[in-house]
Amino acid sequence: MRKALGYIWGTVFVIILWWLLAIGIDSPALPTPAATWPELVSCFQKIMPQFWASFGRIILSMAIGTLLGAPCGLWIGRSKRADAIFGPILYVLYPVPKIVFLPVLFVLFGLGGEAKVILIAIAIFFQMVVTMRDAAKHVPQGAIDSMLSLSATKLQIFTDVVLPSSLPALFTALRITCGTAVAILFIAESMAGSSGLGYYIMHAWSLLEYPQMFAGIVAMAALGVILYEAFDIAERLTTRWRRA
Amino acid sequence: MRELCFSHVDVVYGSGKDAITALDNLDFTVSDGESVAIIGPSGCGKSTTLRLASGLLRPSAGTTTIDGSPIQGPRASTALILQDFGLLPWKTVRANAELGLKIRHVPRGERKERASEALQLVGLEEFADAYPGSLSGGMRQRLALARALALDVDLLLMDEPLSALDALLREQLQDTLLSLWRKEGYAQILVTHSIDEAVYLGQRIYVMAPRPGHVVTVVQNEDAGDEAYRQSGEFFARCNEVRELLRQAGGGGSHA
Ligand SMILES: Nc1ncnc2c1ncn2[C@@H]1O[C@H](COP(=O)(O)OP(=O)(O)OP(=O)(O)O)[C@@H](O)[C@H]1O
Ligand SMILES: [Mg+2]
Repeated sequence: MRKALGYIWGTVFVIILWWLLAIGIDSPALPTPAATWPELVSCFQKIMPQFWASFGRIILSMAIGTLLGAPCGLWIGRSKRADAIFGPILYVLYPVPKIVFLPVLFVLFGLGGEAKVILIAIAIFFQMVVTMRDAAKHVPQGAIDSMLSLSATKLQIFTDVVLPSSLPALFTALRITCGTAVAILFIAESMAGSSGLGYYIMHAWSLLEYPQMFAGIVAMAALGVILYEAFDIAERLTTRWRRA
Repeated sequence: MRELCFSHVDVVYGSGKDAITALDNLDFTVSDGESVAIIGPSGCGKSTTLRLASGLLRPSAGTTTIDGSPIQGPRASTALILQDFGLLPWKTVRANAELGLKIRHVPRGERKERASEALQLVGLEEFADAYPGSLSGGMRQRLALARALALDVDLLLMDEPLSALDALLREQLQDTLLSLWRKEGYAQILVTHSIDEAVYLGQRIYVMAPRPGHVVTVVQNEDAGDEAYRQSGEFFARCNEVRELLRQAGGGGSHA
């Protein structure tokens, strides 16, 4: 209930701020909420396919990046040898902004969806590896020793201790990376291709259709919020014990 | 289990320049159904001794055996309760109590039944569906006990099990430990910093000293194992004796 109230307050604040800015700046590039709303309604039919295109790409790329990255990170965090080999590589590659490889991926995979999905998957992959590695390193030793003294196998220790204790970190990483994912997707879609919200926004911009452009921006913002909330809910469902 | 026996045991952690000798020439025995206490200042190798007994650690030299055969690794009927209890915060009280049984692939029905019995034994059955995070220190302690008792053990190892509790609760749980031990008939090793706890619960008391960890003396304390003992003159005399031994060994236990 308090959360719902918080959401209403946050949304109201943002709309008021937007409105004040639009009035203050007084530029066709920043229409007021009142001018955007009818546009959003009228081009709903046109936006939705673009929304779903972007949505599909995000989900697919985040799933790939997470499913590959999280296990790798857990493994590196629990194995001294793996850490010795891959730690330094991560150290070098992690800070590289993955977006710079976009042109390379366009050349290799064409201007369609594949290059975009692969780029986001790569960015998520690195974030996941680093977050899960650190989480796996901080698994409480007492829990592991208890399991060992009860003759647990490596697999049992993994499923009963390493995995559950790293789950909160997984969701934190997902929540943080969904912002990055949306940003990369926007750049990638606006640069090439003819589908997705990024394309839609830049296309409207080039036609000077500012309210339409802004409707696209709102849709993209909604995409980010929906993802963030979904991960937040999933986290609360799977980590009930933390609020005990 | 008839007898746990350590003979001429050394434990060295690390190697080369950083090597730390945690135990030096330790001889240690526990026989069937016996209650043994280990007391000594921080760093004298008490936890290390328990890790040896549980099979989590192998000695650097010497032998550790149970009934004559070397301790190769964790044993099905030994239970270890760690200094921080080693509970799994993401599992409910019931799931924590069932943990050892689950690891051993005991069928679900039997698992549930034995865990319920163990929870009842320590008075936690009402909290079966709570998470450890919502339990008090004393309740967590009892949960750790339940997890061990569900296993049908003949050797129970406890590392400062009551050190996080206030004085009154502590005495209460000492009584719990005593009555469970008498009822269930397992052998137990209790590591403690507290002199009165060692004297109340240990039929023999290993007094240890650090740098490197070794046994100073073994105090015979046959009167332990009875609730009335705590009020007797012998109890206070024995506490003083142990306190003097600790002082001579150059350390100090905490309160008497
Ligand atoms: N994993 C380890 N690596 C290196 N040194 C260790 C390790 N575990 C213990 N030691 C060292 O071995 C010695 C004995 O440690 P141990 O934990 O057995 O002492 P303790 O009697 O249980 O102390 P406390 O009362 O503080 O729990 C200490 O000097 C400690 O620093
Ligand atoms: Mg210790």
